[in-house]
Amino acid sequence: MELLRAEGITKDFDGKPVLRDVTVSLEEGELVSILGLSGSGKTTLLNIISGLILPDRGKVFLQGRDVTGKPGQISYMLQKDLLLAHKRVIDNVCLPMVIAGMKKEEARKKADVHFSTFGLEGTQMLYPAQLSGGMRQRAALMRTWLCSRGVVLLDEPFSALDMITRGQMHEWYLSVMRSISLSTILITHDVDEAILLSDRICLLTGSPGMIREEIRIETPREERKDFALTPEFLGYKRRVTAALRG
Amino acid sequence: MKRRSESIRDKLLPAAAFLLILLIWWGLSVSGLIPDYMLPSPVDVVKAFAADFPNLMSHAWVSVEEALTGLLIGTALAFLLACGMDRFLNLEKAVLPLLVASQTIPTIAIAPLLVLWMGFGVAPKIALVVLTTFFPIAVGLLDGFKSADADAIALLRSMGATRGQIFRHVKFAAALPYFFSGLRISASYAVVAAVISEWLGGFEGLGVYMTRVRKAYAFDKMFAVIILVVIVSLVLMRLVTLLRTVSMPWMQKERKGTEK
Repeated sequence: MELLRAEGITKDFDGKPVLRDVTVSLEEGELVSILGLSGSGKTTLLNIISGLILPDRGKVFLQGRDVTGKPGQISYMLQKDLLLAHKRVIDNVCLPMVIAGMKKEEARKKADVHFSTFGLEGTQMLYPAQLSGGMRQRAALMRTWLCSRGVVLLDEPFSALDMITRGQMHEWYLSVMRSISLSTILITHDVDEAILLSDRICLLTGSPGMIREEIRIETPREERKDFALTPEFLGYKRRVTAALRG
Repeated sequence: MKRRSESIRDKLLPAAAFLLILLIWWGLSVSGLIPDYMLPSPVDVVKAFAADFPNLMSHAWVSVEEALTGLLIGTALAFLLACGMDRFLNLEKAVLPLLVASQTIPTIAIAPLLVLWMGFGVAPKIALVVLTTFFPIAVGLLDGFKSADADAIALLRSMGATRGQIFRHVKFAAALPYFFSGLRISASYAVVAAVISEWLGGFEGLGVYMTRVRKAYAFDKMFAVIILVVIVSLVLMRLVTLLRTVSMPWMQKERKGTEK
């Protein structure tokens, strides 16, 4: 079932074209990467899908409903975890629910049961500064997921982490996607990351940004433990890199 | 974290400097280089302090009450105005230059006017404290609101947060450190402002006491009351620091967090 569809998104900033006729769709349980170089309009696309800015043309549909320019429908997460330093981890995670009008106690109860899934058991009452980088990122992801209706938008979520932690996060992400209902649009400039995590990769290139090519990664996600060391992976990497170079 | 020996040294050094000054002062007055009636020896000052202690305390209490009342009103006004200026950019543009300009008016020049307008009671004292304490807090808060992370605000907007919710969850906490810096400065001004306003007339308070002992050329008492003003101001500033620690528990954890 198609969860999310951004159709024919076009956007100019001050007369400068940024995005041209970009269409992206996301099926339930899928992970679709939008892979592009800097300046290809990735973040603009994210802001449009999350409803923070309006496209000049095109529409965003969530489960068939038009949500163009309506924030609060699709949640996103950035490279910066944006956990609020003055709130305990659990209250950070609960924030979207509290914003939506839920009582604090009720929200806490609802969030609490998911802490173990996200590998954060026991950190509920800590402050974000007491967590490691990877844990903070997982907490941010949990906050994003809890208010998400199953769709999350990730903008280079792991790029600030060191290589080892990033590898662990990739593995963890694949496993958590299996255990909870999670569909993801991942915005990234990291070719390896895109191939490792995605079902499909949309290559957003050029200025203005357009989707030049869509590559499907056929290897099932369950079999990707040492995927990065296989010839198959290299084959994909060659294709993607060639396409990026144009 | 600082090493233990270092933190002891940090406390010892100012104490040593203080003792040295005290010693020089004592030497000057005991040796007769400066006559007694111009500079009383520290011993005389301590004696005067002890002898007049109950009297000093009752005057101090009056001044502290004025200072605290003024500080409270000043804080409340500063909060309202800072919120207003944060919400309406035009209000900030209109009012902020006036506020800055108003700070260049010497306190000592307004004080007599306040007495003329409001009489010899506590009202002009409190008013002067409000005027002097209001500005650092208002400016601190305004800067604090502006320091809130734009990405965090965008995130809350993406959650569908209202302006009020963004204020409550992001801006307010972002402004707290700035607020306490302002409050600390204001707390140190508050007592001085109360004392200055008491100089110009009144019935009780450290300023009134000061004027009386000056007219009596009782310089030992004069020094005693000056020291009391310093102590009261320091205590007030210390209280602000305590309040800051209590209201921002996460700051403590942050320091601990980075130690690991």
